[in-house]
Amino acid sequence: MKRTTIDIWVGIFVVIGLGALLFLALRVGNLGSAKVRDPYELQARFDNIGGLKARAPVKSAGVVVGRIERIVLDLETYQALVTLQMDGRYHFPKDTFATINTSGLLGEQYIGLEPGGDPEEIPAGGVIKKTQSAVVLEKLISQFMFNTAEGNAPSGGK
Amino acid sequence: MLDSVGEFFRRIGAAVGNGVWRLGYAARFLAAVLLGSGTSFRRINLTIREIYFAGVLSLLIIMVSGLFVGMVLGLQGHDTLARYGSEEALGVLVALSLVRELGPVVAGLLFASRAGSAITAEIGLMKATEQLDAMDMMAVDPVARIVAPRFWGGVISMPLLAALFSAMGVLGGYLVGVVMIGADSGSFWGQMQAAVDFQRDILNGVIKSIVFGVAVSWVAVFEGYDSDATAEGVSRATTRTVVTSSLAILGLDFILTSLMFRG
Repeated sequence: MKRTTIDIWVGIFVVIGLGALLFLALRVGNLGSAKVRDPYELQARFDNIGGLKARAPVKSAGVVVGRIERIVLDLETYQALVTLQMDGRYHFPKDTFATINTSGLLGEQYIGLEPGGDPEEIPAGGVIKKTQSAVVLEKLISQFMFNTAEGNAPSGGK
Repeated sequence: MLDSVGEFFRRIGAAVGNGVWRLGYAARFLAAVLLGSGTSFRRINLTIREIYFAGVLSLLIIMVSGLFVGMVLGLQGHDTLARYGSEEALGVLVALSLVRELGPVVAGLLFASRAGSAITAEIGLMKATEQLDAMDMMAVDPVARIVAPRFWGGVISMPLLAALFSAMGVLGGYLVGVVMIGADSGSFWGQMQAAVDFQRDILNGVIKSIVFGVAVSWVAVFEGYDSDATAEGVSRATTRTVVTSSLAILGLDFILTSLMFRG
């Protein structure tokens, strides 16, 4: 079989095509970012998760330490049961405080972990007991407006 | 009066019947192409030659178009996002719109007009000059020898071209957004990487481009093979290829998007 000039062009074409795909995967997509290493699971219950979604990051001091695996409604307590997939390198004390935060004013929501001082760590599969729900902007605004209305009219509601 | 109304409905019926008939014929033709594909891979040189004509020769138009589409996205996106003070989301906007939609769709449309029409014209002309009949006479199956390599050349080229289009588009958005206008480079790439998911966005985009590649190649080889064996027939077949495959791309894109990204 004779090699032709067409072969080299097709070879170049395939190489840069696959290169573009690799560029998309590594530079544009999140395939290159650090995967969660030897993961373990934690659970946390929230009264209200707001706009939290599965695959959202779990951060501590701003560092991504895990991802949200799934979110279901716990029918016993009617709370949201969030399963976190944590990076095996990071462990947290038992009195860690989990809050749902928003990055920026309209950014995506994530779970922030604030470690306490307990010497014991939460074991794999454990539950984070202390949680704070998402701040729902509408509630906040209505509360604020309610308070201002009360402040302006001390005699009571209209 | 009644006659002309009757004639009107007869025409509609004939058009619908003809459409369904052609669809069935096209499906049978696709099956024949797939069954006759052995030759395309046993004699890989045939397919490589078609990848050259469909893919390599489309490189320039795809890369330049991708660059410009990305640059326009960068400009327009920056203009709108800056109004809401979220310029740093520019990378996300450019990357997601390219990888999910514009890459596969625009690359597919360009591919249909650049390569699909050429395939149709080539096969149609071979039919008009009775080359296909001559092959048949020599016991060479024209579907396996002529049609299948062109089909596979298109199917293989299309995803690579779409990926190139998206990659060039992201570079174009970077050039305009970061280098020209001066958005922050770190947040451009960082937010993009945080928001673009490999499976959900990139892989789905690749699946789309493969589907479009099959659709365009199928339409192109079928229209060529089915064309009337005259100069006028070939020109009509070429037009039909571009129209049908463009509509097929846009229709399929809606179906695929609603399957992939709903909910």
